[in-house]
Amino acid sequence: MYTQALDIPQQNTEAKGPRTIENPAYQAEFDAKIDAGGYIEAKDWMPESYRKTLVRQISQHAHSEIVGMLPEGNWITRAPTLKRKAILLAKVQDEGGHGLYLYAAAETLGVSRDELLDALHSGRAKYSSIFNYPTLTWADIGVVGWLVDGAAIMNQIPLCKCSYGPYARAMVRICKEESFHQRQGYDLLLTMMKGTQEQRDMVQDAVNRWWWPSIMMFGPHDKDSTHSAQSARWGIKRISNDDLRQKFVDATVEQAKVLGVTMPDPELKWNEARGHYDFGAIDWDEFWNVVNGHGQGNVDRLAARVKAWDDGAWVREAALEYARKHDARDSQAA
Amino acid sequence: MTQQMTSPEHIEYVLRLGDNALILGQRLSEWCGHAPVLEEDMALANMSLDLIGQARMLLTHAGRLEGRGRDEDQLAFLRTEPNYRNLTLCELPNQDFARTMVRNFLYSSFQKLLWERLMTSSDAELAAIAAKSIKEARYHAQHAGDWVIRLGDGTAESHARAQGALDYLWPYTAEFFAATPVDDTVAAAGVGPAWSELETAWEALVLPVLAEATLTVPARTPFRSYGKFGRHSEHMGHLLAEMQIMQRTYPGAQW
Ligand SMILES: [Fe+2]
Ligand SMILES: [Fe+2]
Ligand SMILES: [Fe+2]
Repeated sequence: MYTQALDIPQQNTEAKGPRTIENPAYQAEFDAKIDAGGYIEAKDWMPESYRKTLVRQISQHAHSEIVGMLPEGNWITRAPTLKRKAILLAKVQDEGGHGLYLYAAAETLGVSRDELLDALHSGRAKYSSIFNYPTLTWADIGVVGWLVDGAAIMNQIPLCKCSYGPYARAMVRICKEESFHQRQGYDLLLTMMKGTQEQRDMVQDAVNRWWWPSIMMFGPHDKDSTHSAQSARWGIKRISNDDLRQKFVDATVEQAKVLGVTMPDPELKWNEARGHYDFGAIDWDEFWNVVNGHGQGNVDRLAARVKAWDDGAWVREAALEYARKHDARDSQAA
Repeated sequence: MTQQMTSPEHIEYVLRLGDNALILGQRLSEWCGHAPVLEEDMALANMSLDLIGQARMLLTHAGRLEGRGRDEDQLAFLRTEPNYRNLTLCELPNQDFARTMVRNFLYSSFQKLLWERLMTSSDAELAAIAAKSIKEARYHAQHAGDWVIRLGDGTAESHARAQGALDYLWPYTAEFFAATPVDDTVAAAGVGPAWSELETAWEALVLPVLAEATLTVPARTPFRSYGKFGRHSEHMGHLLAEMQIMQRTYPGAQW
């Protein structure tokens, strides 16, 4: 669903993979390709720092997709109509697919999916903090589609042109599906807003809870953001956090008017001179608290992923053992 | 659909098909995000989606046959437990991946035979639903059958789990073939086969796969379950409580 890489000072390297021999001639060739706006492919030489940054960013994104299945999965069995149940199931299935494409893109950089999952399960790797917030009512499913998938799209569209070919191609497919999710979420909310007062209140309550976390999805202010310059040069972070956030606010406030909800920010107002909406101060303590593991859902989300993985160990072992036995039998027969 | 005389038995037969799909689809959806590998998360969600899709078509059709203005959602969410006609097997908890896959295999093998026969139903709408659903049932049976073989012939643990799942589920399969007057009426009208007719063909589909999986098929016992007659297991009430909560809490609301 979402992510751009979050640069966290205390974060360990998530997965090792092969090391690159540094070589000035190759470096020059790489730089020239980047500056010309060309794509780097899996077999091309790349500096170690580029490879590591990409592994971190792509795997964080992949982890976000699969952890993101949990808050929405929370409502599949309780969806109010069969049509909405089908839409939600398909959406959550798409998120799993996004996880698959992204793990596959990360694997082209010499790390395995198992290593990356191990980094997630052991808490060394991050995923988008937005998924540590709870989905409390059915309206949350609509608001997550509208705001969270919406913010994800803002973040991810620039990545469709990022310098690493396998990542850029994965993002093209993902962005198409994310915009579909956003429209479906918005449509769900429009239907609820045409319903009873109780339904409208449910939507407003969900907007109140998700608005600030959504605009935090763009990450720290540019002045507080590390590594952005290097990432910008590499074309894996083309637009700054604050610019993307502003773009998102401007688009979303108009959609909120059509919907008939208000954002929980008294300072939100159109600034004629800037040609943008001004908005209030973001509570960065809240943001860092959740990033650092103290959000409502951090413990439960990770525990759910670890449980699924541990409970599935015997299944994965059985599949390997079956394949091993049959390879042995097949080669005897040959 | 042409104006045809619809018997209560015909409606019940279609409802039974719809409820099987609905209730098993609901169970499979519980896996979403919790499967042993990401590929299985996708596959289970996909199969759940297929079944929910079948349920929508079948319940819509049943509602039209009934002619009392009930749509798919009224039928799916607003009936009381004895009015659901699904096989008990469909409502049993997932338990673990072995039980889920053995159930999918036993059920979708049966469904495959049923859809094949229903493609020539005198009920044109039902025949059209069958033509679409047969492809899904084939895929579900293939997917689950492959897993039954892998688990049965995998490690000692997976074998024990698959055997335990088969021992638990097998008695519930007697219900597939239990004779009912509804079936006799429906078969006479050419709507669909009496399910009791399918037992031999079903065994011919499932027994070779279970043998390849090195699993032992339990002997038939006097145990009987009665979900398709409206008498369910204790698990059904909990499933319905969860599934129905929104429609029960907000009567008449549009979503
Ligand atoms: Fe999405
Ligand atoms: Fe996604
Ligand atoms: Fe995403």
